[in-house]
Amino acid sequence: MTATVDTEAAPARSGLLAVARAPGWVRYALLAAGLAVALWLPNGLYPAVAVDILCWALFAVSVDLLLGFTGLMSFGHAAFWGTSAYLTGLVAVHAGLPFPVAVLAGAFGAAALALPIGYLAVKRTGIYFAMVTLAFAQMVYYVANEWRSVTGGENGLQGVPRSLFGLDLTDDYYFYYAILPIVLFGLAAAWRITHSPFGRVLVGIRDNPARARALGYPVHRYKLTAFVLSGFIAGLGGGLFAVGHRFVSLDVLHWTTSGKAVIVVVLGGIGTLWGGVLGAAVVVRLEDWLSFSGFEAIGLVTGGIFVLVVLLFRRGIWGSVAALVLRWMAARRR
Amino acid sequence: MTGFLQNTFNGLVSGAFYALLALGLAVIFGMLRVVNFAHGAFYMLGAFGAYVLLSEAGVPFWAALVIMPLGLALLGMALERAVIHRLTRLDPLYNFLLTFGLTLILQDLVKTRYGVQSSPYATPAELSGSVDFGLFDFPTYRVFILGFAVLLCVAVWWVLTRTRIGMVVRAATERPELTRAFGIDVGRWVTPVFGFGIGLAGLAGVLAAPMRAVNPLMGADLIIVIFAVVVIGGLGSIFGSVAAGFGIGLVQAWGEAYLSEFPIVSQTIVFVVMAAVLLWRPAGLFGREEAPA
Repeated sequence: MTATVDTEAAPARSGLLAVARAPGWVRYALLAAGLAVALWLPNGLYPAVAVDILCWALFAVSVDLLLGFTGLMSFGHAAFWGTSAYLTGLVAVHAGLPFPVAVLAGAFGAAALALPIGYLAVKRTGIYFAMVTLAFAQMVYYVANEWRSVTGGENGLQGVPRSLFGLDLTDDYYFYYAILPIVLFGLAAAWRITHSPFGRVLVGIRDNPARARALGYPVHRYKLTAFVLSGFIAGLGGGLFAVGHRFVSLDVLHWTTSGKAVIVVVLGGIGTLWGGVLGAAVVVRLEDWLSFSGFEAIGLVTGGIFVLVVLLFRRGIWGSVAALVLRWMAARRR
Repeated sequence: MTGFLQNTFNGLVSGAFYALLALGLAVIFGMLRVVNFAHGAFYMLGAFGAYVLLSEAGVPFWAALVIMPLGLALLGMALERAVIHRLTRLDPLYNFLLTFGLTLILQDLVKTRYGVQSSPYATPAELSGSVDFGLFDFPTYRVFILGFAVLLCVAVWWVLTRTRIGMVVRAATERPELTRAFGIDVGRWVTPVFGFGIGLAGLAGVLAAPMRAVNPLMGADLIIVIFAVVVIGGLGSIFGSVAAGFGIGLVQAWGEAYLSEFPIVSQTIVFVVMAAVLLWRPAGLFGREEAPA
């Protein structure tokens, strides 16, 4: 972001710090509750929807790592999500490896793509960063569209297998539990990154890049590292998404996918990490419900959510709840 | 040689569209610090509006060329007052997201009403046929577009540099606080400038209707190319945006003609140019360095 301080988002961003300041038992209780919900989810929802929620949760967290903790809005994260989806699909189809290996290969591929794109994009900040990442993602989209022999073009990549040492994972219910450890690993990695000394420097860069530079931190290199890590996590999500759907379409690289990832984060709460998970659950569930009820113009709803969230709900779900809880706790202490 | 000139001419024509759209985007950004994602959607609305006016009300091209830009400018001004204005004090990213949401809404509204198939729009009779330039001849309509776009760009440049309104707008763009301190009401110009930029997008849309396939998604991919164009030219620089628009049109046309065995080139060359510019001059060819970050 530019040097101007974004006063409006400041309370939303401090949401994370606020929870971190909450007493230890609250945090452990929240963690336990979160894990319990994650374990229960496919019993309460269609398992296929639950799988999508997990994938999108990783995607949202990867975007929040940049938007909330580094101050960079990537509007082209579909490039990493989609590239990994295609790579994972290709590895799974042609090499017949277990799906976690394929997903890992896809995620590393996404990180490798994030390196040159990030190198160029971190030369700009703020709104320019968004435009540059969006443009490069569109380039990746065109390449995938044109490279039909590999990606299948508009027909997509079909028949991605869910192989795992001979286990039968065709049922989405069991597949959900097969991917849950990978997703939890990705989420834990994101939490670890933001709570490490490295993550603190990122927040410092977000809040005052000039000062971070004056203190001797190589700002560009920090941003680039964050970008590559974020690309890797987005790649984990995208790879799982490909295996989950057993099919990869060009949609995974489309700019609307990038935009959706950003709005999921804003809806959940910028800079709250777990807010993105909530946002993913809400948006995926809502879209599933809309398509189930035969509503055609999903863009109207997604676009409407964009407009409403940006106008009225910039703190997001997590940020609003955290603010309420903190106010309540402060009142009780008095 | 003839082939080269023909390619160059076609490049300038598609560059004219880029230039008109980039110009509107740059003017809006300069005054409001808003990057209008919905610019492509308004371009689409211009073209679609012209098509609907002709097919459902029999309104000819020339009338649409006046009606659509004015109507869309009014719509833009209403939108600026209703929503965009509320977010201009915040980080520009919020308005980027807002206009992104508006893009999805506008696209889907048109899509649900008219479907996704492309509709043909006849070239106006006065501009059909071709102009003979001696060595070769060009479609009259394309010559008209090029002339019209260049004329418009020059007119905008004249207004910005030679009139009092232009002076206020430029001053407000560069030093908003200082301009206010001189007793100039900057806020008064914000809404009209936004409407003007939207009007330009609508105008480009009407001009595109007889040349390009008219469909609800025609502006969607275009806006991303326009973003690359303004990154190349430097969004802060109005001249840079226009120059980069024409330049990218040329480069694309040449790429398409001389590297035709690689169809991917014409689609992606603009992004390659953008990457090169980011390496060489991160602020854009005509842009100024941002505050160090």
